[in-house]
Order: sequence, then structure tokens, then C-alpha cells
Amino acid sequence: MQTTRLALAAAAALGLLLATGCTTDTPTEPAEEDASTAESGDEWFVQAEYDEQLAQRDIEPEGDPDTPWLQAIEPEWVDTSQFAREGGDATVCFSNASVSNPWRVTGWITMQEQVKVLQEAGEIGEFRTSDAGDDDDRQISDIQAFVDSGECDALIISPSTTATLTPAVETACASGIPVIVFDRGVNTDCATTFIHPIGGYAYGADAAEFLVDNLEPGSTVLALRILPGVDVLEHRWAAAQEIFGDADLEILGNEFTGGDAAEIKNIVTQYLQRGDVDGIWMDAGDGAVAAIEAFEDAGKPYPVMAGEDELSFLRKWQETGMTAIAPVYSNFQWRTPVLAATMILKGEQVPSEWVLPQEPITEADLDDYLERNADMPSLHYAKFGGEDLPGFPDAWRDR
Amino acid sequence: MTHVKRLGAALQGAGTVFLLLALVFALILAINPGFFAAPSLMAFLKQAAPLVILAAGQYFVIVSGNFDLSVGALVGAQVVIAARLIDGEESRTVPVMLVMLAFGIGVGLINGLITTVLKVQSFITTLGMLLVLYGAIRLWTGGAPTGALSDAFRTPGRLGIQTPLFQIPWALLIMIGVGAGAIALMRTRFGRILMASGDNELAANRSGARVDTVRTAAFVLSGVSATIAGILIGGFAGVSAQVGEGLEFTVITAVVLGGVALGGGRGTALAAMAGALAIEALFTLFNQMALPATLRPAVQGVIIIAAVAYAARRRIRPALQSTATPS
Repeated sequence: MQTTRLALAAAAALGLLLATGCTTDTPTEPAEEDASTAESGDEWFVQAEYDEQLAQRDIEPEGDPDTPWLQAIEPEWVDTSQFAREGGDATVCFSNASVSNPWRVTGWITMQEQVKVLQEAGEIGEFRTSDAGDDDDRQISDIQAFVDSGECDALIISPSTTATLTPAVETACASGIPVIVFDRGVNTDCATTFIHPIGGYAYGADAAEFLVDNLEPGSTVLALRILPGVDVLEHRWAAAQEIFGDADLEILGNEFTGGDAAEIKNIVTQYLQRGDVDGIWMDAGDGAVAAIEAFEDAGKPYPVMAGEDELSFLRKWQETGMTAIAPVYSNFQWRTPVLAATMILKGEQVPSEWVLPQEPITEADLDDYLERNADMPSLHYAKFGGEDLPGFPDAWRDR
Repeated sequence: MTHVKRLGAALQGAGTVFLLLALVFALILAINPGFFAAPSLMAFLKQAAPLVILAAGQYFVIVSGNFDLSVGALVGAQVVIAARLIDGEESRTVPVMLVMLAFGIGVGLINGLITTVLKVQSFITTLGMLLVLYGAIRLWTGGAPTGALSDAFRTPGRLGIQTPLFQIPWALLIMIGVGAGAIALMRTRFGRILMASGDNELAANRSGARVDTVRTAAFVLSGVSATIAGILIGGFAGVSAQVGEGLEFTVITAVVLGGVALGGGRGTALAAMAGALAIEALFTLFNQMALPATLRPAVQGVIIIAAVAYAARRRIRPALQSTATPS
């Protein structure tokens, strides 16, 4: 009796373990698991991808430079005639991971404005969207609901995490409708097209190379990072480590800030108390101004700095005349998926992997980008690529 | 007699936090004596001031037997509201600060009334308020704050009185003011009723104390402290979408670290504020030690549990002995 009960309990426990083992990994979980290994950077570094992305920076993209969201680097065109559909007014569905940061908010507005144009042109009828709030499980059920409804002529997915969303994307592909994935990727190439800018390695390298080029040998650099365990961010840091490793710079530390301005200012202030900081490398520009202010308040000279194309940073950069660069994770990529959807539904060719250009903003084009975005709020991204849409500037200004 | 004993116990519980604070400062001194030079010490106090002020507000709520989980979201909301309403106009600074104060009081009042009149547990009330504020701000701003703070608004959190050698931050003076106010308030009749309602609600009610009134007032004080903290944090670092996130847990940790019992009725305002200072000192220590960023939360967690457990042991031991003696 005792043994049967024990066996039952063991079986139940095992079942429970298996059940929890099969549940999805939320974005924070891998962060914890990989905390120790991520420190080395090796976990996230793939030499071939790194080499490819760095090379892609120098390749002239195909297409009109005035519409970078339609340009593509070394595209492999695929035939989409099987998806061609008569008449306009297609129902396009979009499963969004979230709008939980200003970068996504900016892009989301751009996408909606682009959709309005396509709706007026009669190409898109209904645009159905769902927001998963950074929750994998919710996004899986969102995608399932779109597939089950049978009413989507095309499905756009911006996945919240890579591994977990893969089966859901595969299900969507299997339903026979064209699937368009953008921003973060998934581990399947079943989608008709996967749209993304060059990527994290190129971003991190742009920032790191600038610091190496503009700092004296032996200078000190502080790396400020948002959080560990997110692939696009880890790739940025991995690339930076690769470049810093070959340079004569002292990396004082790499700190996680959560993108919180107060936290960033605290950390930078403390480093300044310990000694000089000559350069700041950031894996994303959130709170860059707070880092600069820490130098001002401590009465120290401005660092050489790599921020992002967020306007608050660009404005501070112009105001102070500091030596800086703004690497870009092209926000205009939010326009591309809806345009791709209409192309596919017309049976036009699209690149199977649609690599968009990703060029940093430098001293030379800083003034130009600030002028173009003069009316925009400070947490707006300069390379949002929506200036020619009819909703500009009100839709982005009055968000 | 019990009163004396309890006072002794409270002090013992609080003693741990001062011990921890001394220990952390000693370690910082060992690693980097330069930290105690006036300018860097002032920078530390400037940066610690908002958490200390929040701890004072949270202390009132916790000691009366409740929680206020909405403070982090309230701080975030206040900064976003300030940026949007001021929009870079210097002349709007003071009116907007008054609007913020009214908003802070309003949120505290709603928290308090829902908890006391509708008898909803404060954990749920303020958790709900956290979500409401978070969602409302997202809705209002579309996820990205707009506008800008004026220079005048940023003065209290960022600047100070310049002396020949160093700068005395306004934030430090405000912190001392709020701290002194909180300690003085606990010595009044209001403070005693607040403590009594956390210790034994029934007894306090029977003896004619207006428990609901003081508890509601505690939430209002917490709302006011979040407003002041919001002004300082916004002033210190400017607007960002993440401001205030997670502050509620840091501040409750600080108060508990200060030996204030969850559930109320025990602990001093001074120790609660010292708890906040200890947490900030701990962050500084980690930084000085160049501890890997990924390891920090874990180390912080262990230290906090150890400190609170140590305080609890010291508090429980005499009680155990006293029950053992009669038998």
C-alpha cells in the first residue's frame, strides 16, 4: 500500500515536472538561466553571423535610397504567385509582441499610418491586430485565434521571443496563408519573408568601433546595458566585446540599468567618483541623457559616447557638441511588413530574408535628422521613416 | 512595563539596520576611502533621498497594518504628468507641482477610503491602484512620455547650495525635513493611534480611536511622499518611460530592513529611513566592489533575508525565555 502510494506520488510529481518543463519560456527566464554564461559573451557570439553582419554594413542595398524601408541587402527573391489574390480589400492580421517601449510605440504608429494609406488605396480592407503585452502564451493564442478565424489573407508576426514562438509561426505557415515575420526572428524559415535590419552585431560594432577610433589608447570605457538574456541586446554587447578585445581600451565595467534614467545616472555618478570615464558604450539609447548629465553634475568633461537615434540623445548631442555616434536599429522596419503583405497578395516577388539597411547617425547628418524631427517628442526615434506619410507629423507628435 | 519591553524590542529590531549600515559603510571605506570625501558623499545622499522619503511614507502605511504597493507607479505617473503639463515652460513649474501634490493626495485618499470604508485588503487595493496608474499613464502617453521638465522643476533633485568645498543638495535638505517631520508626527496623538491600530485594531477601536481615519491619513501621507520623491527623481534624472518601476518593492524592503513589522504595530520611522539608506549603501558597495551586475540581485536578496532574520531572532529570543520561565 505504502509503495503504491509512493509510486503514485512520484508519478504525479514527475508529471508536474514535465508539465512545467513544457511551459513556455518568458523573456525573463532565459535571462536568469544565462546570467552566469552571458557574462563571458560566448553564449551569444556566433562568428559567422558576426562576420556576415559586419560585411552587410558595407553592401549597397538594392532599391531606392529615399525609401530605405523598401531596400534590401543581397535579397534572394521568392515567387509568391500562389498567394496572389483577386480584388483588393484584403484582411491583414498582425500579432504584435507588445508596445512596451518607446521604440515599439514609434514603430507601431508608423505601421498604422502606412496601413491607412494602403486602406485608402483599397489594397487592405480590414487590419486586425492583437497585442500580447510581452507574454509568449498570449501571443501563441493570438496567432492561433487569427489562424482559426480563417479570415486573415496575410498574417504579420512580431515575435516576443524566438524559441517559444517558433511552433506557433509554423502552425500559421501550415494554414496556407502568407506569413510575414519581422524584428525578432524565429527558428524556422517557413515564413514567406523575414524582415529585419542588419542586426545586433552590426549595432554593437558601430558603437564600439566609434569609441576605439575616437579615444586615445589606454582610455577608459563604461558599458551600460539594459538587461541580460535578450538576443538582440546580447549580440550588441558580444560584438562590442569582440572589438574592444582587440583595442587598447580599459573596460571599467558593464552594468545593467533596466533603461531607467535614475539608475543610469546613479551608476555613472559612482564610476565618476572612482575615477575618470572617457567613453560610454550603450546597448540602447534609453536614458543616454541621464548618463551625460552625470558628467555635467560631477563637473567632468563629456565622454565620447555611443547612444541611439532617440531624439533626447540627439538633441543633447547637438546642444553640447560632444563627440558621439547614434547607432540605429532601423525603426522604419515597421513600415515594411504591411507593404510586403500587399506585395505578396498581388503575387509580387519579395526577398525571403528581407535585410533592411541599418546606418548609424553621425556628426555629419545629425543636424539633418534633428531638423526633420523638429516637432517630435524626445522619446521618438529619428529614423522612423514616416515623414512622407499623410499623418505626419501629428500622428507621431500627439501620441 | 510591556510598553518598555516593546520599546526595547523595537529598538533591538531597529538596531540591526544601523549595524548593517555601519558594516556596509565600513566596507565601502575599506575599498574606496575617497567615497567619504564630501562631494561624493553628498552625491550619494542626493541619490538616496527619494528612497528615504518614500520609506517615510511607506512606514506610516505599514505601521498602521497596511501596504502601499502603488508608490512606484505613482512616482512614475507624477514624473510623466509633470513633463507633459510643464512641457518646458518655466512659469508652469509651481502650478504643476501643486497639481502633482493634489494628485498624490487624491491617490492616497482613494487607496485609504477603499481600504477602510470598502474593507478591501490594502494589498489588493494598492495593487489595483498600481495597475490603474500604470495603464492610465500608458493610455495617456501611448507608451512614450512626451514633453519636458523645466529647469526650475529639476533644481530640487539635481542642484544644491554651493559651498566653497562642495554642494549641499536640495534633496538632502528636503530629506532631512521630511524625516524630521515623520519622526515628529509619530510622537503626536496621531502617531500613537496609528501605531495602536497596527498593533491591535480591535483594542484601538474599542478604546475610541478613529482607526479608519488615521489609516486613511497614512495612505495620504504615502501619496504625498511619493509626490515629493517623484519631484526629486524627475529632477535628478529627467523623464523616462521606466521611471519608478519596481520602487514599491525596494521601499517595502527598506522599511522591513529597518525592523518595521509587516502587519504593523512595531518599528520606528527613523529606522525605516535608515533601512532605505542601507539599501542605497548596499547598491553603492556592490558598485565599488565591481560585483558582476548579474550577481547583484541574488547577493542583495541574501543580505536582506539574513538581516531581517537576524533582527527577528533578537526580537523573539526574550519572548521565548519569558514564556519558558513560568513553567
